[in-house]
Amino acid sequence: MSFSMPLVIKVFSGQITISSLSNIEWDLLIRQAKKAMLLAKLYYLVEQQKLLDDIPSSVLRHLKSAQVHSEKQLNDLLWEIRHLQIVAKNLGHSLILLKGAAYAIAELNTAKGRVFSDIDILVSFDDIANTESQLMLNGWVSCNLDTYDQHYYRKWMHEIPAMRHMIRGSVVDLHHNILPRTVKACPNADLLLNQSIRLLDHEGIKSLSPVDRIIHSATHLFYDGELEHGCRDIVDLFSLINEYLQQGETIANLIERANELGLQKPVFYALRYVSQTLKFSVSEEDIEKFDNNIPSGLMLSMMDFLFIRALMPDHISCNDFWTGLARWLLYIRSHWLRMPIYQLIPHLFRKSYKRITSKEKY
Amino acid sequence: MNNKINIKKSLTSTGIVLKLGFVKYRIRSKLPDLVESLSVLYDDYNLSNYSENSGFIDFHVDIKEVGVFGSLFSNQAQFFLDNFAPFSSLPRQHAPAMIEWGMNWCVSSQINTHLIVHAAVVEKNGLAAILPAPPGSGKSTLTASLIQEGWRLLSDELTLISLDTQQVSPFPRPVSLKNESIDVIKNRYPNVIFGPISSDTTKGNVCHIKPPLLSVKNQDDVCPVGWVIFPQYQAGATTEFVKFNKARALMDVAENSFNYSRLGVSGFNVLKDIINKANCYKFRYSQLDEAIKIFSELERPS
Repeated sequence: MSFSMPLVIKVFSGQITISSLSNIEWDLLIRQAKKAMLLAKLYYLVEQQKLLDDIPSSVLRHLKSAQVHSEKQLNDLLWEIRHLQIVAKNLGHSLILLKGAAYAIAELNTAKGRVFSDIDILVSFDDIANTESQLMLNGWVSCNLDTYDQHYYRKWMHEIPAMRHMIRGSVVDLHHNILPRTVKACPNADLLLNQSIRLLDHEGIKSLSPVDRIIHSATHLFYDGELEHGCRDIVDLFSLINEYLQQGETIANLIERANELGLQKPVFYALRYVSQTLKFSVSEEDIEKFDNNIPSGLMLSMMDFLFIRALMPDHISCNDFWTGLARWLLYIRSHWLRMPIYQLIPHLFRKSYKRITSKEKY
Repeated sequence: MNNKINIKKSLTSTGIVLKLGFVKYRIRSKLPDLVESLSVLYDDYNLSNYSENSGFIDFHVDIKEVGVFGSLFSNQAQFFLDNFAPFSSLPRQHAPAMIEWGMNWCVSSQINTHLIVHAAVVEKNGLAAILPAPPGSGKSTLTASLIQEGWRLLSDELTLISLDTQQVSPFPRPVSLKNESIDVIKNRYPNVIFGPISSDTTKGNVCHIKPPLLSVKNQDDVCPVGWVIFPQYQAGATTEFVKFNKARALMDVAENSFNYSRLGVSGFNVLKDIINKANCYKFRYSQLDEAIKIFSELERPS
C-alpha cells in the first residue's frame, strides 16, 4: 500500500518546482500549507528563489498575509522574552528557552515564517518552585485550576500546568525535563542543562545546544500523540538538521549525542522520516552508529506505514483510507509510551469520568 | 447561468464561483434557503460553475446541514471553510445570514495585505467615504440609502485599504439590514430587492438587500479615501455634522479594525496617511433626508 506524498511536501522537498505550478495546483498547495501552518514558510521559500514577482497576484496575497501574521507573532514573542529576562534577573539564574522561542532568539532560519504558540522554558527541577513564583509575580497565572490535573502534572509530568499572562495573554510552559518522568526513555536533564548555551544580546536567556535542539524537537514529535502539527515539525527538523550541518557538524555527532541521552528512537525516526519526505539523505554507515534500541524488520515497516500518513497535513487531500486509523494508533501508542499501564488505566478512567460528568471540556 | 435552476445545480454539485472584488469564493450547499438568497441577491454578479478551469480560488466554502444523525432530522446549518468550522452551527433558516458573515470572516481573519476596518464605504466622483461605526449606529441604514442616491457601494461591512497603494478595494456585498431598518428602507425605496429574511438571529431579524448594478459592475475599480465620517443615529436628534479631531479619528478607526495590530507599523503608517489626507467628521442624525443632503454637499479634501 504505497502512499503518494501531498503537493506541499513535494514543493518543500524541491521535487516540484515553484515555477512549474499551475493555478489549480497553487489552489491546493495554499490550502495544504495553510492547514499545516506552513504558509509563511512557503512565502520565504518563494522569496529565497526570487520568484515573488512571478507567481499569480492572488496567490501572493495569501502568502504575504501569512508572512505578515508570522512577523507579528515573532514580534510578540520577542516582547514576551524581554519580560522573561526580567523574571530571570529577579531569579538570579538563566531561563532556557525551548523550541520555537529558542529558534527565534538564536536567529535560526528555522524561525523564519514559523507559527509560534506557547513559550517553552526549561529550568532544573530544583528551580521549578522559585521560577513559578517569579512568573506569578510578573503576571503569569496557572490556566488549570483542577486539583487532580495539578497533582497529575506535578507528580508525573515533565512540566507544570501552563501559565497564562493575565493581561497580555501569552502562555508559558515551565519544564524541568523534555519527557514525562513516567517515560522509560526520560533522559537525565542535567546532561541537557550542562550543555545549554548563552545567547548574545539576551542576558538571562539560554538555549539548548544546537544538537540538543534537534534531539528535543525529534523527541517532542515522536513521543507526542497529537500529530496535527506533525508536518510543520518535520519541516522544522529538516531545517534544524540542515543548519546544524552547515555549522560543520555531522550526523554521526548527532547520533552520538542521541546515544548519550538514550534518545536513539526519536532521532532515528526523525532522520528516517525527514529523509523519506523531504529528500534528505543519511548513510547506512551513520545509521549503524545508533548503539541499540532502534526498530527494525516488521515493527519498522509498521511504523513507516503509520508515521508517513500521520505526519502529513491534516487536510482532506492528504489523507488516504488508512490515515484516520494511523493517527488513532499513534495516539494510543503515545499514551502507552508515556505511562506504565498500571498508571495509565486509572488516569484514563478518571479523565473519562470527568468528561462524562462534563466537569471538563476537552 | 444566473437563474435559479442553474444556481441550484451548481451549488449542490461542484459549487458556484463567486467573485467579490479581488476575492474568489467557491460555494457549495444543499440548503434550499441558500439557493433562494444567492439567486436573488447575487443576480448581477458573474456567477459560474466551478470546474478545473476556474483557476485559483481564495476560499472554498461549504454550508452543510448538521445534526446528531448527520443531515438526517437536522435543523441546524454550519459554515465550513475548507472543511474547518470556525463557528457553532445555527438554525437552518439563518443560513443566508450565516454565509454572509462567514464570507466576511474569511477575509477579515486571513487577509493582511490590506488594513481591514469594520466600516461601510461608499464612493462618489472618485473619492471614498469611510463610515466606521459600532453596531446600532445606523451605519447600514445610511449606506442602504446613500447607494440609492448615486453613491457607489464599495462595501457595507469591510473596508479594505491596500497597504501598498492606500486605496480602497471594493468588496461589494448585499447590505445587511436589521429589525426596524428593514421597513424604513422598504418604504423609502420600494424598488429595492430584498433577500429572504433570517428571523430571530443573535442580531434580531436580518435581511439583505441587493446591491445596485453599477456597484457590482465596477467592483474592480479601487479609489482613494476622501472622507472618514463617524455616523450616529439618534431618534429625534437634530442633525449635527462637525469636524473630528484627527488623532482621535485615527484611534477610533484602529479600534474598529480587524487586523490593525496584526499589521504592526505598516498598519499605523497607512492609517496615519489616510487620516491626514481625509476630512474627518462626527455625524449625528435622525432624518435620512438631511443625512443624504449633507453627503451630497461634502467638501473635497484639499
